[in-house]
Amino acid sequence: MTSTQYERNVILSNVDYDVVGTRPIRPDGVDKVRGRALYAADFDASGLLHGKVLRSPHAHARIKSIDVKKAEALSGVMSIVTGKDLPKSEKDSDRYARENILAGEKVVYKGQAIAAVAASNPHVAEEAVSLIEVTYEVLPPIMTAPQGMEPNAAILHEGLTTEELGEKTDKVSNVANHFQHIKGDVETGFSEADCIVEREYNTVTVHQGYLEPHSATAFWNSDGRLHIWCSTQGAHPARDATAKILDLPVSQVRVTPMEIGGGFGGKIPIYLEPIAALLSKKSGRAVQISMSRADVFESTGPTSGSNMTIKIGAKSDGTITAMQARLAFEAGGFPGSPVNAAAICVFAAYDVENAQIDGYDVVVNKPKSAPYRAPGAPNAAFACEQAMDELSQQLGIDPIDLRLKNSAKEGTRRADGPTFPRIGAVEVLEAMKDHPHYSAPLGANEGRGVAIGYWFNIGFESSVSISVNADGTVSLVEGSTDVGGSRASIAMQAAEALGIPMEDVYPSVVDTDSVGFTAVTGGSRTTYATGWAAYEAAQDLNAQMIERAASIWDVDADGIECVSGVFQSKSDPELKMTFKELAAQLADTGGPLMGRAAMNAGGLGASGGSFAGNIVDVEIDPDTGKTTVKRFTVVQDAGKAIHPSYVEGQMQGGSVQGIGWALNEEYYMRDDGSMANTSLLDYRMPTSLDIPMIDTVIVEVASPSHPFGVRGVGEANIVPPTAAIANAIQGATGLRMNNLPMNPVAIMEAKWKQNG
Amino acid sequence: MPGKTQVQTTINGESVEFLCEPRQSLLECLRDVIGLTGTKEGCNDGNCGACTVEMDGRIVTSCLILGVEAEGKEITTIEGIADGSELHPVQQAFLENAALQCGICTPGFIVSSKSLLENIPNPSEHQIRFWLANNLCRCTGYDKIVRAVQDAAVKMQEA
Repeated sequence: MTSTQYERNVILSNVDYDVVGTRPIRPDGVDKVRGRALYAADFDASGLLHGKVLRSPHAHARIKSIDVKKAEALSGVMSIVTGKDLPKSEKDSDRYARENILAGEKVVYKGQAIAAVAASNPHVAEEAVSLIEVTYEVLPPIMTAPQGMEPNAAILHEGLTTEELGEKTDKVSNVANHFQHIKGDVETGFSEADCIVEREYNTVTVHQGYLEPHSATAFWNSDGRLHIWCSTQGAHPARDATAKILDLPVSQVRVTPMEIGGGFGGKIPIYLEPIAALLSKKSGRAVQISMSRADVFESTGPTSGSNMTIKIGAKSDGTITAMQARLAFEAGGFPGSPVNAAAICVFAAYDVENAQIDGYDVVVNKPKSAPYRAPGAPNAAFACEQAMDELSQQLGIDPIDLRLKNSAKEGTRRADGPTFPRIGAVEVLEAMKDHPHYSAPLGANEGRGVAIGYWFNIGFESSVSISVNADGTVSLVEGSTDVGGSRASIAMQAAEALGIPMEDVYPSVVDTDSVGFTAVTGGSRTTYATGWAAYEAAQDLNAQMIERAASIWDVDADGIECVSGVFQSKSDPELKMTFKELAAQLADTGGPLMGRAAMNAGGLGASGGSFAGNIVDVEIDPDTGKTTVKRFTVVQDAGKAIHPSYVEGQMQGGSVQGIGWALNEEYYMRDDGSMANTSLLDYRMPTSLDIPMIDTVIVEVASPSHPFGVRGVGEANIVPPTAAIANAIQGATGLRMNNLPMNPVAIMEAKWKQNG
Repeated sequence: MPGKTQVQTTINGESVEFLCEPRQSLLECLRDVIGLTGTKEGCNDGNCGACTVEMDGRIVTSCLILGVEAEGKEITTIEGIADGSELHPVQQAFLENAALQCGICTPGFIVSSKSLLENIPNPSEHQIRFWLANNLCRCTGYDKIVRAVQDAAVKMQEA
């Protein structure tokens, strides 16, 4: 392998800033390279106890009895809890949320928590857990969406009835929801088509694979207030979820977010926080629980396996006349798969007159699914983008040209309703077509594939305050947990707006008592929404600084402007002060100043969203079926890249997760509903040796809604890789791989089938 | 409760004495007994490399070493990589090349990378990828980590 050099990799940007677009060292970096940054499991408290959780050995069973007497008798055991210690649930949705923390009368996946013990050390807690006696009535497990939808399937929840096209029915079923998006009329559209591709695709359960297992410490104090230190993608959402599970007012819970060792959506839900809280209440001590790696696989939300049918019709000139999808997603043990998001994204790249999307949310005996980076969209793209590839081959049209001809653009109405503002799908496709990779020669047994994907970038709530220090620096307080460098991207936006260097901004991520409500670090929202809040807080501060300068100079504030961090009179060139000079005078001229912003940055699709595209070359070993990714290029619309290195990092990280999803990763399920590969040896995530350098091209089509034009970049990059790799494998072998993962066994079996 | 063993060892150049149960791993001893939490647990079965430390000049996953095995050994953890307050070139290169996102795997990668460059001062991309294959990173896709190690190699040879 040889090292690939970066091309000039930011294109279309037509605005230059002082700070935005530069590559400073992240503010939390030094602590992280020295091992000083404190993550959840590093937290210590006076008199800390350690908890362990008893988890179900069965995928589907009724709990007949739980006996904790022997565990209680073990020396060093301080408290034990079961589902009976949780408040009673009135609504089914509340019951599902509580039973995913501690089971009630039934377990619906292997690994579901049943009881927990707090003890003087983790080894004693583990021994105590093994002494808890549970008797079960084992039931047959449902493992896939199609199985769960069969007429006589075993039922997971006797009280679960299907919501059919928005109406509650009384039909008891594993199908929690069936919804539909219709635009135009697909029958008419297909009747106008010269060429139709219709295929069925399947994906299996995969995990986010963050390297840090979940960990939470709780201390329920004598004044009734509960304090939690945990690894979470959102302190306020974790606070609210914990309060709801425990039936407490939100003000009685305080969450301090520790540094977070990866999440990718999987640390949006809570698991350990209420358990640690109850163990703390019973023992009067702080209790810490950390998961094992097997716990992470079996007891936290992976993303859904899915069964999908795609039908696309086009005229011989390549004009798509109709697109239809049927998406059935595994929710896991409780309702709530990402099928809704999959339905938004499946055809989002295309401007088509006639479309129909049917989505099914199906409960199965696997862990309750949780968000995983662009939840649902990679599944949908694996299906749609392979069908598009087949269509391009049948029509004899270049696959990028076919996409360009039908590309969504500003004004395109999606099948799920919204109309796109300015988006960058065309620009991403053009950048792919222009890239030297697209026309580079291929070697023996090699193939090339392309695909594109969309993610919508949520807005939601963010709060930021900025206070001025006497030395001219500022302290920035924010609520967004920093999972990949967002302290830098937020501080940079504040610095740009204040006209000061980024190194003069000191950002802190603080607890829920110390900053206003801030939604999760997820949905590609943090640099977009919290960055926007930082910009607004800076504007608020600038206005106050102008007022102060006006009072010092005894002039009208309207006559003062702030240009690149210098406050100056519009009429008198003698009246001029830098940010630093004014900061030094604040204490003696009326006191300190602080800017603030607490805002809602919009709903789903706030920025218009981001498109990403891949060009991938693979080599297939003809004897073993092993796929080697030889060259990988990712192109993504960032709107405006605040810190290009961390934008590239998102693009590269999402791409490599996509490569793992495409080629290796899978929950390998036994017939009894247990996962056979619960270690990082057997659940095979990509290592450094498995992949090449990942070339990046950042396209900048400014979002119309954000002050700097930012589009969230965290997620769209994981959407196209599985399809691009499948298309490349087809190019190399002629084999259409309609199921994930495309591991050597699957490729050899497809080859033998092809050869008869 | 099993009895505890007294262990005499050297950690980051400092003589350390601690008590541990026979079942406690070196990782657990470093973190929970000695209080050096820079070494991270990602899997506790030797597959992720987050707990990598150097022991008598070789890199090991400290979750697969028992605390009692540290007797008489010389151990370097992430806390011992910088020279006082001056960062090691590998640490500086990780910062400048944005080679970390969440940072949980970073201590292990830095310990492994430093060892690589002490053994192979001018490694090829393949040698870097091979040496670091026991350190999993889920955030970066490894691209910027490889570049950081290449950068550190150049800086260390210039020095």
